[in-house]
Amino acid sequence: MSRLQLRAFAAAVALLPLSAWADGAVKAEYKGLTFGVFGLIIALTMFVTYLAARRVKSASQFYAAGRSVSGIQNGWAIAGDYLSAASFLGIAGLISLYGYDGFMYSVGWLVAYITVLLVIAEPCRNIGKYTLGDVLAFRNDPKKAKTVAAVSTITVSTFYLTAQMVGGGVLVKTLIGIDYEVSVITVGVLMLAYVVFGGMVATTWVQIIKAVLLVTASVILVFFTWAPYGFSLPGFLNAVVADPKVVAQVTKLVGDPAAQMSAADLGQRFLEPGLYLKNPIDQISLGMALVLGTAGMPHILMRFFTVPTAQDARKSVIWAMGIIGGFYVLTLFLGMGAAINVGAAKISAIDAGGNMAGPLLAQFVGGGEDSWVGNLFLAFVAAVAFATIVAVVAGLVLASASAMSHDIWVGVVKGEHATQEEEVRAARISSVIVGLLAIVIGILAKGQNVAHLVALAFAVAASSNLPAVLLTLYWKRCNTGGVVLGMLVGAFAAIALVMVSPNMTYPKAVKEAAQKIVDAAPAKIDAATAAVAAAVDDAAKAAAQKALDKLNADLKGAQGKLEQFRDTNTSIVGLEAPLITLKNPGIFSIPLGFLCVFLGSIFYRDKRSEEMWDELYVRQNTGIHAEAASAH
Amino acid sequence: MSDKAMDWAAIDRDPRFVELHRRKSRFLWSLMAISVVYYFALPIGAAYFQELFRIKVWGPINVGLVFALSEFIVAWGIAWIYARRANSEFDALASEIIAKAASMGEST
Repeated sequence: MSRLQLRAFAAAVALLPLSAWADGAVKAEYKGLTFGVFGLIIALTMFVTYLAARRVKSASQFYAAGRSVSGIQNGWAIAGDYLSAASFLGIAGLISLYGYDGFMYSVGWLVAYITVLLVIAEPCRNIGKYTLGDVLAFRNDPKKAKTVAAVSTITVSTFYLTAQMVGGGVLVKTLIGIDYEVSVITVGVLMLAYVVFGGMVATTWVQIIKAVLLVTASVILVFFTWAPYGFSLPGFLNAVVADPKVVAQVTKLVGDPAAQMSAADLGQRFLEPGLYLKNPIDQISLGMALVLGTAGMPHILMRFFTVPTAQDARKSVIWAMGIIGGFYVLTLFLGMGAAINVGAAKISAIDAGGNMAGPLLAQFVGGGEDSWVGNLFLAFVAAVAFATIVAVVAGLVLASASAMSHDIWVGVVKGEHATQEEEVRAARISSVIVGLLAIVIGILAKGQNVAHLVALAFAVAASSNLPAVLLTLYWKRCNTGGVVLGMLVGAFAAIALVMVSPNMTYPKAVKEAAQKIVDAAPAKIDAATAAVAAAVDDAAKAAAQKALDKLNADLKGAQGKLEQFRDTNTSIVGLEAPLITLKNPGIFSIPLGFLCVFLGSIFYRDKRSEEMWDELYVRQNTGIHAEAASAH
Repeated sequence: MSDKAMDWAAIDRDPRFVELHRRKSRFLWSLMAISVVYYFALPIGAAYFQELFRIKVWGPINVGLVFALSEFIVAWGIAWIYARRANSEFDALASEIIAKAASMGEST
């Protein structure tokens, strides 16, 4: 990997976005500023990658950063790996639109790390090498265990990756108006540069940089949002419940019963549960997937192989929990601050999911949409969002590529006989393959609803990887039969349940809704046209024209849907309507995964799994013979 | 890879290892159980005990908000309790076993 190649790469990336202007949250005159901030962050990460590229010569460097990352550094890197754009922008957005429920939603993402800390991080560090497959292959049949582990790793990472690529593409487009395809390619190319040239060393530093930027941006925003209330929590929340924009949003969400409620009650309702999360079983199901799935996420698991000892793995989870938890507490202020300073109506007008709450709040605290500082803040938050996507995607690609090269190619195909050079080359080639696939999937999935794929990734990890890892580590009778059966059935069950759930697109229902809009449109458009003609002054005329434009756009959208699904009435698995009402499969698929590991182990005889138990159990508890840090 | 010099079964039977394993397992699984129960109490409470969650305790701050914030405190608290005991007790027990590991099983 020559210096020249890397520079040419960086130059290509830097030039890419300039050619594609369009509309976004950032106004045209401030786009130069935004790209400047983007450029600074990209330059910093590229410099780190350049330094890392010179160090990455061995497999241990490529997959595990030579096991020389400190506990504190790894804590920041885990936070950087974990806090995706969905949590950074999504949860602040949910809080700004739905209040209490958005905050409640964030809790599970932190509690998940208790499982990681107590039962996964240290044992895996003690017995593992680079991948999930290594942990499972310790006492189970290595080839079979590595094959299913690789399949599961690639499945989980691909779901998560698709959500990140599509979400990231839409986000960058909404923020600064770069074309969707261009932003997907930019994210993909940058991420490829980090992973291919710098392996885990560069990925770790990109994640640390991103986490520091994210926390800094959030602390600054919260400081300016909270300061006017003298940093008093009741004072701030009093302002929230009394805010007319909040009252208006709650009135809209509550519907008819709002007529019987006072403005004070409506405002207070924003701090009470039930505005967003309606189905408790679904929430418990999602909670199970988070609490058990995080510990089974291959890209999170992989981070524990980068530290020198199990004690450092422990320390890194403690730091990660402090950073991640602290960040979610800050999102309460970001979300509520956006609700009163920007308002739900304006936030959801730009993005229905509320993703623009944080960026718009940044613009507000800096002085508003016409101020230079406000736009600098917005540019900074947009750049952090971009760095977030790239850092998370890099971690996922590295995990998948490691499964391909280390587990499948070296472990299964070559029977563990590969030199360091061969293995590093295989890892780099795998990274390029996975990275290019991520770009292609990102572009092909344009316009698809991918939000549920994050929850699905966690559900698959919780139903497939976690039962296999947990029982391999702690249950004496667990063996290859159980691991193979449990992982395959767990993953299949989670995916199959989502395929028949309300998460999928059901053309029949979409067409019925679209037909309703089309049928009602002529009368509405006539009325709106009359309103434009009857408008007395310019302001009224502009408002009426805006309403008319929206009706026309809705009509066009509905006609587009009717055309798109003209020849089809069924979802991709051939259903006209969902078979189940549950959106999150965890509550069924997780127990099923555990049951299959249990049954498979009972009905299968595997001498190696039995013989290796004593060694595994002693080593996972003591760290004797754990993979040591490489000298450098 | 398995080191033939180590007698893993002997270490596994060693009273010090049995003691480490016994203390660690009981402690870990109780912490795990507490955190899972406490976590799932939040969505269950939000769904089925809404009247309780609405009671205001400090200005506009209600029971539900205090409970949600307490989830963070409890998660951090469990992490802190675990780390403290692991750093002082489990690590010491483990290093004692590591020091003696190579010679274990020689007399049996």
